[in-house]
Amino acid sequence: MKPIQLMATALLLAGAGAAAASPAPASATIPIKAFMFMPMEVIVPVGGTVTWKNLDGEPHTVVSLDGTFRSAALDEGDSFSFRFTQPGTYSYLCSIHPQMRARIVVR
Amino acid sequence: MPSDTDRRAVLQCLGLAAGTVFALSGGILTATPLAAAATLKSKPLFVQISDTHIGFNKDANPDVVATLDRAIDLVNAMPTAPALVLHTGDITHLSRASEFDLAVQHLKRLKVSEIHYTPGEHDVTDAGGQEFFNRFGRPSGNKGWYSFDHDGVHFVCLVNVLQFKAGALAALGDEQLAWLKTDLQGRSASQPLVIFAHMPLWTIHAPWGWGTADGDQMIDLVRRFGSVTVLNGHIHQIVQKIEGHITFQTARSTAYPQPPAGDPAGPGPLKVPAEDLPRRLGVTSVRLAPLPTLTNATLA
Repeated sequence: MKPIQLMATALLLAGAGAAAASPAPASATIPIKAFMFMPMEVIVPVGGTVTWKNLDGEPHTVVSLDGTFRSAALDEGDSFSFRFTQPGTYSYLCSIHPQMRARIVVR
Repeated sequence: MPSDTDRRAVLQCLGLAAGTVFALSGGILTATPLAAAATLKSKPLFVQISDTHIGFNKDANPDVVATLDRAIDLVNAMPTAPALVLHTGDITHLSRASEFDLAVQHLKRLKVSEIHYTPGEHDVTDAGGQEFFNRFGRPSGNKGWYSFDHDGVHFVCLVNVLQFKAGALAALGDEQLAWLKTDLQGRSASQPLVIFAHMPLWTIHAPWGWGTADGDQMIDLVRRFGSVTVLNGHIHQIVQKIEGHITFQTARSTAYPQPPAGDPAGPGPLKVPAEDLPRRLGVTSVRLAPLPTLTNATLA
């Protein structure tokens, strides 16, 4: 099989509190660890992509409350990415563990 | 004062790895050893299997199919076969079609005439729970909740993994509660009720989501009945509560144990020494004596 070359994209971790003050990175990775999305708020520009990666032994999902995005169940090590094309605040949770909630701000 | 016989029975019970019988009589539980239960004349009413998590393959149990098979063998070896098996959810780990197919292929080996399924949250992670409902939606018209009578007992299958709000416990929802009210209307309070759902229908530990937001409304609807048995899964260990004539009990998993509520390890698969695993897994059998009576058996 011919290997697919992917353009190297720097997936930057958005700092929890600092994200609001510094310029928003075009992409962000949100680890899911110990039943938490970290950080709980991430800011990306319109067109930015967010990637969630589950580091827990328990599966999690990433489901927006307004239905904009929804991942399948992510087993340990699985990732899910979504590109945001509309500005707004997107609250989301894990549908397996609804006590896990967080949000993405797109502007 | 308990009699010598009672005391001996309790001591035997404590020393027995294989399980305990809880005899329910007028809402009061008395424990007797499982060995003695084998000689009881009453027939098994049904067996509860829970949290088979087909698809899980991590350290806590790399072979969940093998432990499910052991649970099935345990049921098939009962002196009198139960007529029914209730599966209280988390059939699969990731709601994948291949996991459902594998689970059904093995559960088919159960020598029973009916298996009833209620979904766990792991079974409905695909939008709308299509994989679950395509296979098991028929009895409920794809609602998930339904009831049936067997041997004079009224069985109610509820679903508490499809409705949730951010940060809150999962719920049954108003439509299901309205249905339950209608379903129970006009029923004699002397008819035993068995209610089953995946998540605990009473709050065991809210921070871990071990409860049902509107479970109290369900309990209010069944309080007038003389014998109510509420069976759940989800927490992979047995927790029991008696409230009036209502017996609540959660089940062991056939796949892997979880820590007790509030443990610093947090919820999720618990790795125990391999030789201890069978003791942490099991099934529950329920017989009529003459009211529903629970027996918990481990795979050890």
